[in-house]
Order: sequence, then C-alpha cells, then structure tokens
Amino acid sequence: MLKLLNPIMRLVEIPFLLVQKRLGIGMTAWLFLAPNLALFSLFTFLPIILNFSYATTGGEAILLRDRPDVGFQNFGNLLECENVLDPSSCRNDLFWRAVWNTVWFVVFQVGIMVIAALATAIVLNRKIRARGLFRGVFFFPVLLSPVVVALIWKWILQRNGLLNAGLESLGFETINWLIERHWAFFWSTFISIWAHMGFYTLILLAGLQAIPQDVYEAALMDRASPWRCFRKITLPLLSPTLLVVLVLALIKGVQTFDEIYAFTGGGPGSATTLIMQFIYETGFGVQPRLLGVAAAAAIMLAMVLIFLTALQFWINRKKVDG
Amino acid sequence: MANIELRNVVKRFGALEVIRGVDLQIEHGEFCVFVGPSGCGKSTLLRMISGLEDITGGEVLIDGKPVNNVSAAERGLSMVFQSYALYPHMSVRQNLSFGLENVRTPKDVIDAKVRDVATMLQIDQLLERRPKELSGGQRQRVAIGRAVVREPLGFLFDEPLSNLDAELRVEMRGEISSLHRRLGNSMIYVTHDQVEAMTMADKIAVLRAGLVEQYGRPLELYNRPANLFVAGFIGSPKMNFLEGRISADDPAEIVLDSGERLRVPAGKFSGGPDQRVTIGIRPTDLDLSGDGIRLDVGGVEQLGGESHIFGTTADGRKLTLHTQGQTPVAIGEEIRISVPSDRMHLFDTQSGKTLLSE
Amino acid sequence: MARIVAFLTRTRAGKGRMDWTDWVTYGYLLFGIVLMFGPVAWLLLSSFKTGAELERFPPRLLPVAQDTLVVEGYDEPLPLFKMIAGDQEGRTLAQIRRVGLIAQMVDPAEPETRLKVNVADREPIERIAFAWSNYTDLFERLNFPLYLWNSTAITLTATAIMLVINSMAAFALSKYKFRGKLTVLALVIGTLMVPGTVLLVPTFLLVSQFGMVNTLWGVIIPGAATPTGVFLLRQYMITIPDEILDAARMDSASELKIFWRIIIPLSAPAIAVLAILAIMWRWNDFLWPLIVLSENDKFTLQLALNSFQGEFLTEWEKLLPATVLTLLPVAIVFMFLQKYIATGIASTGGK
Repeated sequence: MLKLLNPIMRLVEIPFLLVQKRLGIGMTAWLFLAPNLALFSLFTFLPIILNFSYATTGGEAILLRDRPDVGFQNFGNLLECENVLDPSSCRNDLFWRAVWNTVWFVVFQVGIMVIAALATAIVLNRKIRARGLFRGVFFFPVLLSPVVVALIWKWILQRNGLLNAGLESLGFETINWLIERHWAFFWSTFISIWAHMGFYTLILLAGLQAIPQDVYEAALMDRASPWRCFRKITLPLLSPTLLVVLVLALIKGVQTFDEIYAFTGGGPGSATTLIMQFIYETGFGVQPRLLGVAAAAAIMLAMVLIFLTALQFWINRKKVDG
Repeated sequence: MANIELRNVVKRFGALEVIRGVDLQIEHGEFCVFVGPSGCGKSTLLRMISGLEDITGGEVLIDGKPVNNVSAAERGLSMVFQSYALYPHMSVRQNLSFGLENVRTPKDVIDAKVRDVATMLQIDQLLERRPKELSGGQRQRVAIGRAVVREPLGFLFDEPLSNLDAELRVEMRGEISSLHRRLGNSMIYVTHDQVEAMTMADKIAVLRAGLVEQYGRPLELYNRPANLFVAGFIGSPKMNFLEGRISADDPAEIVLDSGERLRVPAGKFSGGPDQRVTIGIRPTDLDLSGDGIRLDVGGVEQLGGESHIFGTTADGRKLTLHTQGQTPVAIGEEIRISVPSDRMHLFDTQSGKTLLSE
Repeated sequence: MARIVAFLTRTRAGKGRMDWTDWVTYGYLLFGIVLMFGPVAWLLLSSFKTGAELERFPPRLLPVAQDTLVVEGYDEPLPLFKMIAGDQEGRTLAQIRRVGLIAQMVDPAEPETRLKVNVADREPIERIAFAWSNYTDLFERLNFPLYLWNSTAITLTATAIMLVINSMAAFALSKYKFRGKLTVLALVIGTLMVPGTVLLVPTFLLVSQFGMVNTLWGVIIPGAATPTGVFLLRQYMITIPDEILDAARMDSASELKIFWRIIIPLSAPAIAVLAILAIMWRWNDFLWPLIVLSENDKFTLQLALNSFQGEFLTEWEKLLPATVLTLLPVAIVFMFLQKYIATGIASTGGK
C-alpha cells in the first residue's frame, strides 16, 4: 500500500533534499516538525493567549476588535458573592451551583470509582479463568461514546424502564429517576463511574502485576494472612500507582461534560449542571453568548487543572526517584 | 579505490574534545585498522570519515578532495555496523537492494548485482528471509553484502565482529581479509581487539584519548612500539614492564629498582645517566635458563604445549613468562630468569616515549 | 458436564476445593458481567422491539410481535388472536377492526363471515420476532446515512492527518539533535498540562475566522496536533536503534526516505495503537463538534443521537437502533483488538 504513495513521496522529497543539502541533516528536523508545530501554535498556543483577551473583554461579539475592554468584570461577575456556600446569594448563581455540583460529583465519582477499580483490579489479578475476557468486560464501557452511555442508562432508568419494572415486581414503588434531583445526581455519578472505571482498573492492574510475585511467596512463608498481605504489601507497593490514578481521575472528573449533558441535560433544574456545562452554555449554548464570562470561567478551571497536573508530574517524579 | 587522508581532524561535543587532531594517510587498497581501548574515539573518527558525524576542525579528504561538507550519502563509502543495523522489516534481498534503489539503479542491474554479491557471500539461499530469521554469522554476511553491493570507494567497519562468538569471529576475520584481497578496496576497520588488528591489518593506527599513538605496519608496532601505551596494548600476552634507571657510570647498563643490573646493547638506545627508564619485555622473550633477575613463582599454568609462569620480582613487580613445552618449575619456587638484551624495549618512564635511537 | 464443572471450580492452586475467596472472586466477576454487559445487552434486545412492545410495562425480555395473516378480501395482513373464552373459544381468529371493547373478527378459513367478540375473551398470538424495520427505517426515512457519513469522514480524515503529522513530529523529536529541540519538547509537555476543554472560546474564534464553523474541517483540524500522539510515538521511536538510520544514510537514503521506508514500518505497532485510539476519540467526540456544528445536516452520529432525544422524545424505536449502530464499530474494533487498545490506553494515560 505504501508503494502507491511513492510518486507523491518523490514530490514531497524535494524540499527535504534541498534542506538536507543546503542546511544539513539537523535542519530537516524542523521540516518534520513544521505541520504539527503550525497546528499546535494555531490551535493550542495562540488560544492560550487569546483566552486572556476574551476573559477581559465583554459583549457578545466573536471578533476581538469588536469587544469592549471590561477589565476584570467577567471575573467579578463570577466571583461576586455574599456567601459562596449559598449559590442563591451570588450574582451568577448558576456558576456557583455548577461549582458545588462539580465538587460533590468529583468527590463521589472519584472516591467510589477508585475503590471499585482497586477491588476489580485485585480480583482480576487473582489466578482466575479467562482473565482476558473478564478484563475486557470491565474495560468495555470505556470505549463507548458518552452519548451512548447516557442513552443506554436512560433507557433502563426511564419511567417504564427495566429498573422500575424490577422494583414493581418486587413490590416497591416506581421512581421517576431522572426527574427527582437527588436521584438524578446519583445516577449521573453512577453512569460516570460505570463508563470510566475500566480505564483505572487497567492501570491499577498493571501496577499490581508489577509487584514481584516472590514478595507474596515470602509473606506466605511468614504465614501472613491475606488481609495482612493486602495491608502490608499490596497497598504500600501499589500506593504510587494509586496516587497517579487518583490524580488522573480528579483531572478527568473535573472536566466531565458529555455523558451528563446527554444524560440529564444538567437537570432537573440545575441539579446536575457541572462546570464544563456552565462554560459551554454560557459561551455557546444560550443567548446571549457571554464569551468573556465563559473564558474567565475556563481560566479558573484551567488553574485548578494545572495545579492537579503539576501534582501528577510531581508524583510521577517522586515515583521515578523512589 | 580511494585514498583517504585526515588532516588535523578535531571533534568536539560541546566542551568535550574527543578527537584531538588526528593526521592519517590511508593509501589505495590499504586495510587500515583503528585500534584502542573503549572511549578512545576510534568509532567517532570512523563516523567522521563516513560523514555520519560532523567534523569540528581539520579536513577529511577522499582522493585528494575535501569532503567535510559532503553528506554521508555522497561520499561513496559504505559501512558495516557493530549491530549490523539490518533493516528488520525488509527481506535480505530488500536489504541489499535498498541502497541501489536510492541511487536510482535500473531494476535489472540491481537484480544482477544482488545475485552476484549473494553468491559471493554464500547468502543466496537466504534472500527472501527477514533478518530475525538469520543466525549471527548470516546477519554479518548480509551486513557485509549490503556494503559490498554498492561497489563503494572504500569500506568502513565499526567493530563488526564484536557480537559474534569466538569461533565465528575467527572465521569471519578470515573472510573479511579474503574479501579485501578480492575487492582490493581501501578498508578502515575499527576494533578494540588487538588480535583482530594484528591479523587483518596492512596498517594499524593505535588510538588513545583522541590521539593517534602510533601508525604503522603490525609487526612494526609489535617490534618497535613508539611508547609504553602501544607496547602494552599490542601483542598478546601483554608485555612485562620493569622499572629502573640508566647506570650513572655505564650507559649500557640499567639498574633495576631491585638493585639487579641488566645489560643493554650499546648504542641501541639513547638516554642519559641516571635517567628513569621502563624496561619492556614480552613474556615469550623471557628465558628460564641463565642467572638473571630473581622471580618468586606465584603460579604455574601447564598447557602441555606451553607453560605460563607467574611471579613477582624482588621489587614486587608482577611478571609473566611463557615457555615452550612443559616446565619443572613449581609454585613457591624461587627462580632466576634472564632478559635477552636484543629483545628488550626501553622507554623513558616520565614521557613514556621509546628510547630507541634509530 | 462434570468436566465443565470441574473446569469452573478449579481453584487458585489448581487443586483442592474452592475456598471462600474464590467464591467471592467469581461472585464479583459474575456481578461485573451483569452490570457491565447487561445494560448493553438490554439495549441490543430492546432495539429490535416494535414501538408497541417498547411502550409495554413491565417490559418483556425478548422482542415479541403478534402473528399476522393475509386474509382473502383484506389488503393488509390481519393480527391473529386465540379465543380463550366465550362462544368462539378455541378458535383462531383475525381481527379486522376494534371498536371499544368489541372487536370485529374473521376466521381465516371462512373469510366471508364476520364475528363480533369481546376483547377480554381473546389473547394475541405472539412469537419472537426481531423488528428489523427499526433499523431499515433509520436508513430509509431518517437522515441517519448522512450522520454516519459525517462521522466516518471526520473520523477517517482526522485520524489520517493526525497520524501523518504526529509521526513526523515524533520522528524529529526522537531521532535528531538540533538547536531548539528542548524548547519544542518543553512546549509540547506544557500543552499536555493545558486541557483542550478550557480553550473552547478562543479556538472557536480561530475556527470561525478560518470560515470553518459548520464544516467538517472545523472539527477535524483543531484537534489534529495532539501532544499525546506525539509522545506515544516518540517513546516508541526512541527505541529504534540509531545505527539503522545511519545505515540508511550510508545507503544514500534521504531523510524523508528514512522516515518513510524505515521509521514508519518499524513504528507500525505504535502507529496502529495510536490509530485505534484516534479513531475512538474522534468517533466518540462530542463537545467540540457540538460547538462547531450547529446545522442538522452537518451533525455527527453523536450529535444526532443527542438531538434525537429531544426530537423523538418517546420514539425509542428509532433512538435505540441508532444507539446500537453508533456503538457497533467500537464494539467490533474492541473484540478484535482488545489487547492493543488496553495497553495503548494504559500507556497514554487516557488523554
């Protein structure tokens, strides 16, 4: 198949040959870098800078030159608050609702997911039949698109859905899962765990498999109970991986949007509106499009994420050093 | 065929100078070996000749033309690498023809050349195999074949035998030599193994720390080492060294640190009275008969055909002696050995340079 | 049978009885299968049910449809019922029409005679039947092929562009020494720290400035230069021995040829992993297409699915098969390449 492209390659080769002959082999590296670097600069570096311009300008215009300078008003819009714990007292109450929703969402989602992933990894690390198959079973939902995940569960949780049918057959009352705010929040957290747990299981499983088997054999000779093996060997040796997983899950958890948006649309009311949805809706979703406010919120989110990422790099470094 | 000339060639990596001004002249059809301990810069020097490494200072000339700014592809040399560097994803045939395709050789010419080279190197049965399906020796042949097929001006070998087992190494050594005789090209061969150097080279360049210590024919290096380093490096078993000084009253007499005295041929060596000197003598040149210096025997190896005696001199230096046949000498014995004066090498201890006067 | 039991109850040590930890393990795994695969299986079964069956509460496990029969004198096939009470008990009748609690029926054997029966006296004759029409309708009556095409075009183009430019950059950053290399590397690492999601607003400006809003290119281009891809490939390319490149240079290969004929084939495993990941990312992508594509005829499958929700609030018989078709490619890829995907995702840290 590569052969078919040979004539094209002849043509592409010309600039490479020129650079190679005139400027030396080292300079061809820039030629190889050029396309990637160009897109990178345009759609990553430049936006990083532009984000600040948007955050300090107001109005609904997209073009920066049409946007009046408003200084830090956009940040003020978001942060003006009598009591940050009570969103109703804030000028932009939706922002604070989204912030608190996200905080609770992340706490539950990450907490439960990491524990479940650890349990699953430990189970999968045992000498079991068809380990590959079971690993696949737990990993499979990771590949599903967020919209598909949302629809699968919506179908089960709808008023006449499977879950309500089950409840009724057992004599319980049916519940309108996505209409009641606490249940909606619960299920949002649940589907998010369901969809992402497999990924962390995989990382933890790799971590477990990196623990040398002879350590356990030595412990067995020392007549350690399974629980003591877990407490005194598995956990300490796995803790660097566990930390990485935790931070990674935090970073991704804070940015959750797709599956919840498709699942509940942020509702009922704003019960499941997370911070990414706030940014999307403020900037793009509803009129008026407050791009400046969205950019300001994005910058604040970025600061949290950069802190978490720095934490991750730091942990990784320590892991390497250790 | 090409003659290759290096003029005061220098290589720096940042502040580190790894080649510190090398001058060499390799004539048409010569087999030249760069030998030296690891880290001496011999591979870097080879890569500079090949064009794979930039030249920081000085000039490399091929057939009289400076090639400093000519790329590796255009210098007309080919190279055999230590790891063979065969293209793992290509068959042997593709490995051999890749270079020819790159210079737009017509297909039928490529086929003919590949066939010829494969027959010559006895790899014609392996043409459709991938490198990972070959043995070490076969890979080596393919690597050589890839170099040969392009009919280069000269060949560069970068420690090509170091990955082979001892037996195969001896065999390939012979094959490379005969290849050289058949093709008649200039070859530069890098190795850390002085046996390879001695057995294959027309000329040897001994390198140390980025400098050429001596450049000459193998036996010249063996018989007349220019300095202590070359003396110690060339020749197996390694040369013995004794310390002493030239007698104050007799320039043909050396007083060893043990107090024992040795005669040297008058006029063969230069050197003033009381000058500190190092005497070099090869283990095979030492003589068990006679009443020379004292040796406390610490070990004896009887190989049947020859014997190795290890001992310590009166001033505590280790000495090795190889004799033909079997020996009655036993561990713990104290023996006297004589040092034939015509086989002796004499060096100035401080500079390490030979005191040979011619 | 006994051998199957023996196989399943073989324990950790491969001998002796199952101890309680084994029971817990297999219990957990069983629960895992039900929880992880159950919902997908339910979706799959449900997607074959007719609209009426989907409305049914409580739902039945398998898709079921009522038997029908073409009766002489009637154009449409008529639904069949079994009479379980009343005058006609035991007979099989076809319904012509129903008015309130009374249905007009006909015996297929004697199509001239019309019978009036109470609806309580009959039971529909049903069999397991897959409503393939749910799927064919998607293609015949809805814009589904268009969405499928949009998704496919975006996924394939974006993956191809990404593979080409990422592998070129990875090659430069892994196999060359040049001034500025460290700066570029640092910049790339730096952007790994800034998640794309926070750059939505300015990126949208750029896309609109280039006139790419509501075009597939607007979705494809901004995400093409992923730092993750560059890193994944760079890590792999570093392991290719430099001597092979040098050998190629001695063989008069140009740098591009080295890239094309040596580096690319030798990096095939890493490129394959990245390709699979890229296809998944692009196929499943949601937020960015949601922002760039606002016109229905440019929608990707994911956007279309999401909008179906509002459009056909109760029309699950369209939504469910569409969902199945959307997850189908991923599921197929997963079945064949499970191992690669798993290791690939683990090695990128899932970015």
